Amino acid sequence: MLTENLVALQVVVPLIFAPVCLLLGKSRHAWACALTVSWLALGIATLLVTRVATIGTQSYAIGAWAAPIGIEYRVDMAGALIIFIIAAIGAMVMSYARRSIEHEIAAENSGYFYACYLLCLTGLLGIAATGDAFNMFVFLEISSLSSYVLISLGTTRRALTAAFQYLVMGTIGATFILIGVGMLYMMTGTLNMMDLAQRLPGVDDTRTIRVAFAFVTIGVSIKLALFPLHLWLPNAYTFAPSVVSAFVAATATKVGIYVLLRFFFTVFGIHFSFVAMHVGEILMVLAVVAMLVASLVAIFQDNIKRMLAYSSVAQIGYMILGISLATSAGVTAGMIHLFNHALIKCALFLCMGNIFLRLGSVELHDLRGLAQQMPWTMAVFVIGGLSLIGVPLTSGFISKWYLVSAVLDAGLWPLAVLILLASLFALIYIGRVVEAAYFSKPDPTAKKVREAPASMLIPAWLLIGANLYIGVDASLLAGIARQGADILIGAGVP
Amino acid sequence: MQGPLGLYNYWIVIVLMMTGFYIVIARPNLIKKIVGLFVFQTSVFIFFITMAKVEDGTAPIIQEGVNLYSNPLPHVLILTAIVVSLATTALGLALVVRIRESYGTINEDDIHVQDEAS
Repeated sequence: MLTENLVALQVVVPLIFAPVCLLLGKSRHAWACALTVSWLALGIATLLVTRVATIGTQSYAIGAWAAPIGIEYRVDMAGALIIFIIAAIGAMVMSYARRSIEHEIAAENSGYFYACYLLCLTGLLGIAATGDAFNMFVFLEISSLSSYVLISLGTTRRALTAAFQYLVMGTIGATFILIGVGMLYMMTGTLNMMDLAQRLPGVDDTRTIRVAFAFVTIGVSIKLALFPLHLWLPNAYTFAPSVVSAFVAATATKVGIYVLLRFFFTVFGIHFSFVAMHVGEILMVLAVVAMLVASLVAIFQDNIKRMLAYSSVAQIGYMILGISLATSAGVTAGMIHLFNHALIKCALFLCMGNIFLRLGSVELHDLRGLAQQMPWTMAVFVIGGLSLIGVPLTSGFISKWYLVSAVLDAGLWPLAVLILLASLFALIYIGRVVEAAYFSKPDPTAKKVREAPASMLIPAWLLIGANLYIGVDASLLAGIARQGADILIGAGVP
Repeated sequence: MQGPLGLYNYWIVIVLMMTGFYIVIARPNLIKKIVGLFVFQTSVFIFFITMAKVEDGTAPIIQEGVNLYSNPLPHVLILTAIVVSLATTALGLALVVRIRESYGTINEDDIHVQDEAS
């Protein structure tokens, strides 16, 4: 039956169509193909989430080799939420992509671009679907390698050096994960995550397992750009093509956080990670520093894409803070913010794509008085920005609400103050852009620009619509995130 | 063989790994960085392959009179990881070619100077 194969189809469909895009070459058909596949992936993801919600965790044995011998794909509520947000962002970004890609990428490269995009989508979906530690490494590398290519396609030559820097750091991170997985295999003789979880408690009081834990944690932290391992991120997001910034900012680091959750809670177990290895305390400090320092740095950026990149580093801090509490409420808050931040950042970067298409620049001083000329685009920026700050009726408020209550539940009220302080910084950096676009006199010599085309406005507004909907009624998202967190922590039925 | 040299394969892995890592960090030449990265990854492959060795075990091929085999699974895993590493190296070198075309240099410090100037 088709419905039983959903887990495999989710990953295989984009993989198969990537070479098709390559063959279609520079024609518009490559875009049409990528668009169809992205929406197909979203359709499959929607069915998958419903199925996981009604029937429970979905398991699929690749090639009918039963786990733990064969590779198992295993999607529980936490994985399904990640798969859904990746597929949704993919569908929105592809609906948006055509005009922006025609403008920013040479026509003869567009076939390669769409092929790489689909490979990246495959890798990201695969990470969330797989239940095998080595398979996760392979998917991580599929998504990373294709995103290096995507970033290097940026309009300036600095995109090349940014991609190179990301390649070097990303490969070191991936190799660290590989070392960790190797040590786990050495001690347990298995790579299946559920099997690892059962066998590890017998051997976890050894140096090998502790070293494996350290390697995996640092490797994944590089991939998800946890402060101070975030150095590759600002350049990569700033110089990548607009579409790529929007896609990668909304998905790649989020998947990194999912990998971290999987290893901490499912593989190593909450007791080993947070009691024996004290990773909670370390992550909490780094998360708080990320929140404050990156937000502060963002205030002083004149390139708005770079500002949003630093803001991403800060927002990753919020998610990690939730996770570092290691309570059901904390992990729920982390996952809610993961989902909301993907919506927010994707909309904001799409907005930058609109501005770049018309203005050819995303420097702050070129944006003066832009709100009169591009009112719909700037409105997206304002609502997205308010959501980043955490104003009520936006999804950002829901994230902050859950996070602050989780922190207060844990009895750590000084952290709640710091969260609010970081939000204040967000108010300043978003405020600078709004001030320039709405309240500054336009440069009289600046050229007049038109509003962006509807094909680029509608996806951004859909994301903003989803954002506002969650801001008003978050019960569905919060329910799913709570179920996912309970499965991870082990309070729920596996 | 016992003592500190008993697990000499791990010593080789550690030396190779740190050599590669040092080249990546310390060398400004982008091609040398990629080579260092490759050495770094190779050390991990050796780590996987040597850990598969079972004392007195033979190659894992079913044969009359042999009942002790080395573990073949890490070899297969590393076959996949080698492909990944090959792709990374190829992509890295391709990026270096493009960087050289647009900057006229493959020295990281010179590139940095040019980026600051622009």
